[in-house]
Amino acid sequence: MRFLFKTAYTQDLGLFRDAVQRNTYVALLAGLLVLPKVVPDYFVDVTLVFIYGLCGLSLMTLAGYTGLVSLGHAAFLGIGAYAHVFFAHDLKMPWVLSVALAAAVTAAAGVLVGLPALRMTGVYLSIATLAFALIIQEVFTRWDRVTGGLKGKPVDKPVLFGISFANDVAFYFLCLGVLIGALWLTANVLRSPTGRAWVAIRDSEIAAQSMGVNLAIYKTMAFAYSAGLMGIAGALFAHKIGFLAPDIFSVLLSIQFLLMVVVGGLGSLHGAVFGAVFVAMLPVLISQARDAVPAWAATLAGPLGKSAAAGAFQAVDRFVKQPGLEPGIFGLILVLFILFEPLGIYGRWTKIKVYFSLFPLYKRATFRRQRAYMRSERLR
Amino acid sequence: MTFFAASGLTINFGGIRAVDGVSFEVEAGQVFTIIGPNGAGKTTIFNLVSRIYEPLQGRLVFCDEDITRVPPHQIARRGIARTFQNIELFEHATVLQNLLLGRHAHKRSRFVEELLFLPRVRALELEHREAAERVIDFLDLQAYRDSLVVNLPYGVRKVVEMARALCTQPKLLLLDEPSSGLSVEETEDMAFWIQDIRALLGITVLMVEHDMSLVSAVSDRVLALNYGRSLAIGTAQEVQEHPEVIKAYLGA
Repeated sequence: MRFLFKTAYTQDLGLFRDAVQRNTYVALLAGLLVLPKVVPDYFVDVTLVFIYGLCGLSLMTLAGYTGLVSLGHAAFLGIGAYAHVFFAHDLKMPWVLSVALAAAVTAAAGVLVGLPALRMTGVYLSIATLAFALIIQEVFTRWDRVTGGLKGKPVDKPVLFGISFANDVAFYFLCLGVLIGALWLTANVLRSPTGRAWVAIRDSEIAAQSMGVNLAIYKTMAFAYSAGLMGIAGALFAHKIGFLAPDIFSVLLSIQFLLMVVVGGLGSLHGAVFGAVFVAMLPVLISQARDAVPAWAATLAGPLGKSAAAGAFQAVDRFVKQPGLEPGIFGLILVLFILFEPLGIYGRWTKIKVYFSLFPLYKRATFRRQRAYMRSERLR
Repeated sequence: MTFFAASGLTINFGGIRAVDGVSFEVEAGQVFTIIGPNGAGKTTIFNLVSRIYEPLQGRLVFCDEDITRVPPHQIARRGIARTFQNIELFEHATVLQNLLLGRHAHKRSRFVEELLFLPRVRALELEHREAAERVIDFLDLQAYRDSLVVNLPYGVRKVVEMARALCTQPKLLLLDEPSSGLSVEETEDMAFWIQDIRALLGITVLMVEHDMSLVSAVSDRVLALNYGRSLAIGTAQEVQEHPEVIKAYLGA
């Protein structure tokens, strides 16, 4: 077990806990920089992980740190995407300006959602954001002068300062850069008074208020910041998929974002990234399972005879090819995580680390959630 | 100059008049205690003073300023800090982070500066940290600085909550049942700390308390309530011997 010997207050202000942690991230970054050379076939999917990472970061600040669960983040992604394409493509603005404006427009939308949301908490807020997402999706469909409506809208490849990011490797590095920048900004806010105020609102609104936190302002700020990040993610997302249509920004996508932060681990930046990796890999896993599972069933039923095997194959095959299966699996995973690992992948990761650092002395009770019996009546 | 005065405070919850025309005045440097049986309206008065509840009638004056209509998040900035009866700490944060949040009323950095973590933000953070460390020293919390609040025993949480309130550098500290749930030794420690807070930090204390040994040990003045009305006001001795108070606690 390692002990950190702290000799100055500045040690607690750093982005990294210690040199070991910093070096780990430097190594990870180096790995990501050479990745396109090492696995030329798969790095394109990693680009999607970066964009999802931005989305996860966005929802993490809102749901994980401020405690405001939104079921409408796909709408913010869509607003960012359409706004960026409108500014860059239709109005011929420079890329950076267009992304900045898209982020600003999305942040403004976040404020608009945040203001009525100030009076709502918990599940009511989720329902309100869900309603917002449905309305926005309808707007995407109807406002065809800007969005192209159901016909959709093609997206050009990004061009920054005259340099084209048309090829996949260049776009990969662009997304990586944006994600690192966003992580840095978010980590900065979280180690400042504003980030502490967000966490305070999550844990006890009444105490936060009594310590001088203006709930209205900080909740609105959390909404605006989260939406702004989503706007930037939307711009990159538009380039990634190359074609925008309203049905992309569906409720299912919002639920995927929620899945991302819950599975990754609420209340940690690591969790946002872990969750992004998980959600980006999930469709691949599901499609592979679709092909493999009927054959397994046939093998299992094999000893019962040929017709039984064929029957099992067909029954399972019909089941796994059902169209509604994917959202069902997302929901199932969400429920299982909330039940068995509420701290998500990051929580599991910390537990494993603690297990090895304390090796023979690990107690399971260390992480047992205790029920809080003594909470004052929640004054709202 | 009036340091703190409440006059004619009244509030209804539905058909129940929880606080009915209560008036009292706290002088600077005093320890002022509110006692009363369960449901007498003690905590309600605290919630009125910290502006979480809106009074039906009455006026609150703090340092010659009418604070009856000040929004609740502005109260800390005026110099009033409070603790809660059932502990409202930020459980998934460390003790240090809790104390630093107590510095929120002194926040001077802007959001854009924080995004980039400019040197000014760093300098302000160090300033907040030093203030928090002074409180840690004062209340002997060094051992718990980096532990998560969820992992702390109840008695320590009580002290952490008081520390968080002290971090706002208040002029008036509201303690809601500081000894509830504490052992005898911890209650004695609490009495010493309350005396130190007044003597060394010069902070006026307004508290709600049931433990009469603690009340007599530290209070200058005591207000007894029952059914939202004030029964008696005076020194601990006077109030304890007041026939109305004895009647309220023991029945007629």
